[in-house]
Amino acid sequence: MKYLLIIAGVLLIALSVAAGLIWVERRLLSLWQDRLGPNRVGPFGLAQVIADTVKLFFKEDWIPPFSDRPVFLMAPGILMITILLTFAVIPFGPDFYVFDSNIGILFFLGNSSLGVYSIVLGGWASNNKYSLIGAMRASAQMLTYEVFMGLSLMGVVMMADSFSFCSIVEAQRNGWFIIPQFFGFVVFFIAGVAETHRLPFDIPEAEGELVAGYHSEYSGMKFGMFFVGEYLGITLISAIIATLFFGGWLGPSFLPPVFWFLLKTFFFIGVFILLRASLPRPRYDQLMKFGWKVLFPLALLNLLVTGAVLIFLK
Amino acid sequence: MAISGRNAIHSLLFLILSLLSVSVIFYLLDAPFIAALEVIIYAGAIMVLFIFVTMMLNIGMEGRTEKKWLRPRMWIIPSLLAAVLLADFILAITYIPGSPPVDQAILPKQVGISLFSTYLLAVEIAAILLMAGVIGAYHLGSQKKKITHRFLIKN
Repeated sequence: MKYLLIIAGVLLIALSVAAGLIWVERRLLSLWQDRLGPNRVGPFGLAQVIADTVKLFFKEDWIPPFSDRPVFLMAPGILMITILLTFAVIPFGPDFYVFDSNIGILFFLGNSSLGVYSIVLGGWASNNKYSLIGAMRASAQMLTYEVFMGLSLMGVVMMADSFSFCSIVEAQRNGWFIIPQFFGFVVFFIAGVAETHRLPFDIPEAEGELVAGYHSEYSGMKFGMFFVGEYLGITLISAIIATLFFGGWLGPSFLPPVFWFLLKTFFFIGVFILLRASLPRPRYDQLMKFGWKVLFPLALLNLLVTGAVLIFLK
Repeated sequence: MAISGRNAIHSLLFLILSLLSVSVIFYLLDAPFIAALEVIIYAGAIMVLFIFVTMMLNIGMEGRTEKKWLRPRMWIIPSLLAAVLLADFILAITYIPGSPPVDQAILPKQVGISLFSTYLLAVEIAAILLMAGVIGAYHLGSQKKKITHRFLIKN
């Protein structure tokens, strides 16, 4: 019974945070751009999300006749499933997790690499030039950034001596991993932004060039799933950064651990939104060059140095 | 379905499905590390490349050659081979007493230790193979085509 409650709680937190983020992002962006943003519906415009969702439900859900129907229908579901599955291994608090897997980090990496399919297939099945270009950019970008996303986490794994998220949090009792693993954190953060294809790395859906990229043909709630999936991805990456580098639910005891975890997660969500407000989009070849020539060697060096120091200290 | 499908992308999707089921079988056999690697490397990286290439070539919409290749006559030899394999498999699980399956899960640490002690030679040979690929890619990439725009050519 408790188990079911935890699953329901995790799902509720993840989905409501992701939906609420739509409002948070619009308000924060307008704050930084010196305007008001949505403030008409409900207190502070909070009901805007509900209004948008209702609108999405009532829209015509058009499936283009020239599309590959089964694949077209499947693609948004893959995105939601892979991201929501990953929330299962994240510890929200000392006893507040669905499943403490001994391959937790690998589970996350596997799911994020399967998440690429949703975008690639969505773009391909739309049978549309812009979607196809978006899907090709997305697959190249995500394949590249996955490589050192995994490598940058291996330093943390070596220090904690485990792939399990819970033991990694426990291993940070004497100090957060952000200090010894600073370069790992930098690489992981940039790879995380690219993996969720957020601005500034949103070239798969660059509005200025590709209409809406891979989800140009999607409408109604299927588009809504891509949309919420993006915010779920932000929440997920922020939660993982908070867990792996900033001590997860550890914190001074005047607040409950779950609260510390959520606080750290929200801080990184804020950073994600600030990035969107402040940085221009790089060109496609600049992105690949930056990935392979700067971040990849950095991740490898970080791995090498961490290993050497750990063996030296033994 | 992966073999007999007419649409290249659909066949690839069925192949991904079978890779995922192989990974679940590994997990049930108490090898979570291998199961995770199966998903990350095969399903997550290699198959994405396959789909990428198929998308770029833009095949798979009609597939007329596939129709020609999939005449009933072509099924005889593959099904014979599959029948031999199936017989072998049934024989193996009914008659040959295998070692009892290990009870505790094989953790990533044990896999790493055995890779870098017992199977060190195999790991190094694989590394050299990959190195050859990297050098080849570098060689192909370093030959730059010299392009002059027709407006910039001085007469």
